[in-house]
Amino acid sequence: MKKVFKMFRPDHKFARGDGNSYIKIENLNVSIANNHILKNVNIDIPDNKITCIIGPSGCGKTTLLKTLNLLIYAIDGVDISGKIDVNGTNIIGRDFDIEVHRRMMGLVWQKPVPLPMSIFENVAYGCRVNGTFHPRKLKMIVEHYLTAVGLWDEVKDRLRAPATSLSVGQQQRLCLARSLAVEPSFILADEATSALDPMSSKTIEELFVRLKENYSIVMVTHTLSQAQRIADNVIFMYMGQVIEAGSAEQIFKNPQHELTQNYISGAFS
Amino acid sequence: MKKPKIIKNLKLLEELIAKLLMYVALFVVVAFAMSIVVTIISRGWPAMTWEMVSQVPGSSFLLGGDGGILNAIVGSLYIVGASTLLGLAISIPIVFYMNVYLKKTSKFGYIARLSYDVLFGIPPIVFGAFGFMIMVYFGMRASLLGGIIVITLLIIPVFIRSIDEVARNFPREILDVAYSLGATKLQTLHVVLRQILPGVATATLLAIGRAIGDAAAVMLTAGYTSAIPTSLSQPAATLPLAVFYQAMSPIEEVRQGAYAAAFVLTLIVLALSIGGRLIMRYFSKDKIH
Repeated sequence: MKKVFKMFRPDHKFARGDGNSYIKIENLNVSIANNHILKNVNIDIPDNKITCIIGPSGCGKTTLLKTLNLLIYAIDGVDISGKIDVNGTNIIGRDFDIEVHRRMMGLVWQKPVPLPMSIFENVAYGCRVNGTFHPRKLKMIVEHYLTAVGLWDEVKDRLRAPATSLSVGQQQRLCLARSLAVEPSFILADEATSALDPMSSKTIEELFVRLKENYSIVMVTHTLSQAQRIADNVIFMYMGQVIEAGSAEQIFKNPQHELTQNYISGAFS
Repeated sequence: MKKPKIIKNLKLLEELIAKLLMYVALFVVVAFAMSIVVTIISRGWPAMTWEMVSQVPGSSFLLGGDGGILNAIVGSLYIVGASTLLGLAISIPIVFYMNVYLKKTSKFGYIARLSYDVLFGIPPIVFGAFGFMIMVYFGMRASLLGGIIVITLLIIPVFIRSIDEVARNFPREILDVAYSLGATKLQTLHVVLRQILPGVATATLLAIGRAIGDAAAVMLTAGYTSAIPTSLSQPAATLPLAVFYQAMSPIEEVRQGAYAAAFVLTLIVLALSIGGRLIMRYFSKDKIH
């Protein structure tokens, strides 16, 4: 019933990235249909930093992001144990306001997924579901975040055009703007540049570097060079386990674990 | 190794025969459709008079007297319009629930889908008889309301089956996006509708086609009358029944009138499907492909 009432909630105040956001994952275990995917994961994600998660395919990076966002609950047969402390609240457990939490975690997908609406509506959608309906306010929000991702000048004359009419690189920036528009504290990016051409992915990378002033960014990436360029902290995962975590400099210049050394030197990927 | 020439030729022949068969099949279908349309137009057009579509039948209409089929036109539009709206209002929430709230593996969803499939295959006359039985039980007489309810029941399976077909192919990532922006399941309705609107339009066309052409169910529940109904409790005439009664007449002129009614019926269906296609094109512009 609470959820029904929430729909009619008047203008909702968003939790802003206030510089004190953090995620602390302790002993996280996730299995889907008896398939143990994340094993005893312990991670600290600090604020205002870009934390890159690297590792070979199938090591559980995407599942980790989905768990942080609690989108994992939409999957059948999922079993989670452990603790994820987000700004002092443990988010594992059912008696938790999932929608408020999800809004706090802006998610950017590997492939841009525009909503079946116009460019304007795509950015405004999140604000609408969270209770902002005032047209002038929506217009301001849309302009602000489209400017923030450097898309405003390109689309300001065709805001009513369908989002699918944009190029893939533009769509990815639109998706980022859409995530930012609900004012999250964290940005979770799942290989956000892998579907893009080099120019567009450079734009996105630069955006992330700029955004880390206000947000705490968790990025899953397949490209080591990208992690080297923009990461502050790096977490190396292998087969659902965290093998090594530390500052980017330490991981790339002086990896401790043998697996990490092999991965970074390109022995396997 | 090079393929022997004979095999290559055989394959060409195979292709040729397949193509030929397809052309023949296409031709038969198109010819059949065209012959229906041509017959209706050539026979119906001479009988089409302004009187036919603008007046209710006179007292001896079925014996060759004055009047038209306005009662049937209006009755059909009333019944089809109301039951389409009702059907949509019932079907969309059902499909939404089955696809967003229920898990893919849900037993309940499976049973529900099976039931709609069964309902889909039940002939209209059974719906009509069933509706008639219930109406008798409640002491109702053949009426516009009875017709609307039975036709609504008749087209709900059409709606649900064809909208569900589209909704099941709905890209899950779109739902994930909506959730990640803080939407509740109910709030995703907006997004889901935008994506499946073309499917809803197609379903509506199919449903209208079934509703407007149905004679059996309305015969038992809506009845037939020469007057235009002014309230839900009065009986209402429908076009298929107007065709039926006139075509049964021994008088040649009256039988001509049947073609006129069929012509009007075809015209309405044609107008609806062309209009529907235009609307569909407009709504699918935002769709994610």
